[in-house]
Amino acid sequence: MATKPPEPFLTRTWDYITDTQIWKSIFRHGMPSTSRNRALAVMTNVFLHLHPVKIRKSGVRLKFTWCMGGLTFFLFLVETFTGLLLMFYYRPTVAFAYMDIVDLAEQVPLGIMRELHRWGGHAMVISVWLHMFRVFMTGSYKPPREFNWNVGVILLVLTLLLSFTGYLLPWDQLAVWAITVGSNMARATPLLGHEGPGSQLLALGDVKMVHAGSDARFALLGGRFVGEGALLRFYVLHCVGIPLVAGILMAVHFWRVRKDGGISGPV
Amino acid sequence: MVEDKEAAAKPEVEGVSRRAFMKWSLPVGWVAFSAAAASSLVATARSLFPNVLFEPPQSFKAGFPSEYNVGEVDVRWKDGFGVWIVREPQEFYALIAVCTHLGCSPNWLPAENKFKCPCHGSGFYKSGVNFEGPAPRPLERARIVLADDGQILVDKSLKFQKEKGEWENPESFLKV
Repeated sequence: MATKPPEPFLTRTWDYITDTQIWKSIFRHGMPSTSRNRALAVMTNVFLHLHPVKIRKSGVRLKFTWCMGGLTFFLFLVETFTGLLLMFYYRPTVAFAYMDIVDLAEQVPLGIMRELHRWGGHAMVISVWLHMFRVFMTGSYKPPREFNWNVGVILLVLTLLLSFTGYLLPWDQLAVWAITVGSNMARATPLLGHEGPGSQLLALGDVKMVHAGSDARFALLGGRFVGEGALLRFYVLHCVGIPLVAGILMAVHFWRVRKDGGISGPV
Repeated sequence: MVEDKEAAAKPEVEGVSRRAFMKWSLPVGWVAFSAAAASSLVATARSLFPNVLFEPPQSFKAGFPSEYNVGEVDVRWKDGFGVWIVREPQEFYALIAVCTHLGCSPNWLPAENKFKCPCHGSGFYKSGVNFEGPAPRPLERARIVLADDGQILVDKSLKFQKEKGEWENPESFLKV
């Protein structure tokens, strides 16, 4: 009786690894072979289940969907990642902001992270408008999908606000004056702006409650003009505040699409 | 069973009944929770309005009237406080260096005898009145008075707008 030749080295190593307790604790089941098990492998995985198990063929009709929504989400992830890398070198104070951005281009390895972040931001604004345009053209806002359209509009505003807050961070001439002009709008807010209609109504006798040092614009800028306070506030809004809100609304937005049976399905 | 109900209806007999306790504690609990939640929200909103500003003070002493030449626009306070001091034969006034178009900082051009904004080209006469470019109204004046020690005191917290007739207000100019 001839003995079997030993298994190849790689096969033996692989069998050994997959027999260890650590492996079995991480990967509880083997590769799924039935349809049901393959579906379950996606459905029950914390990362994979964020994407549907199966999608309709209509979901990949690029001439119909343009894939702009997906692109926008992808760019959001790119922005998050590049933004995170920028945060290791950028300090949001008047003393350091401008030079840190210069250094990110000239001293930091690779030197293109700031530009990638900026181009990604521009691309995301463009793709979100194209996505909106596509949804309009395909009538995907019609009942019962009106709510998701509104969530999308809020996401559009948040995208533009991300661009607005991020624009201040390099602290150059463009940044300071653009944000000065943009935030000056806040002082014309009805009731809450010191130059807006109705601000006099909120006075206690002679004492003005809503003035340049206490109106909505003051709270937005953390000061009477665009300075140290505004830079820090816009940094926090840009890196934490708005992305958090946008993330929650994106979850709602995507969930609504899935609830309706997937992208570009019939009404 | 009837005796139990009667006993429950008379709390002074054996303390508070369960029904009476729930009837009391639920509204109290909700009121307390709402009060806590509301005050947290108010405190959060209040925290967004800073108490300490790292900005130059709104009012400052600008030296003695004798330090200014008649007919000149003085730019020494423009970078630090955003104000031009103008001395005319009859009076002083302080113009706030914020363009009334969109808020940029104009520059005084003595050769052309005008204020000119670099952003969109708004032009203002020495008096502050707009005459060219997109600016819709004249520059604003700050309150200007004589301090106790004889120095000029400029106070930006009070502004005077010509288009509202506020340049008639005696605190918008200083007669020396």
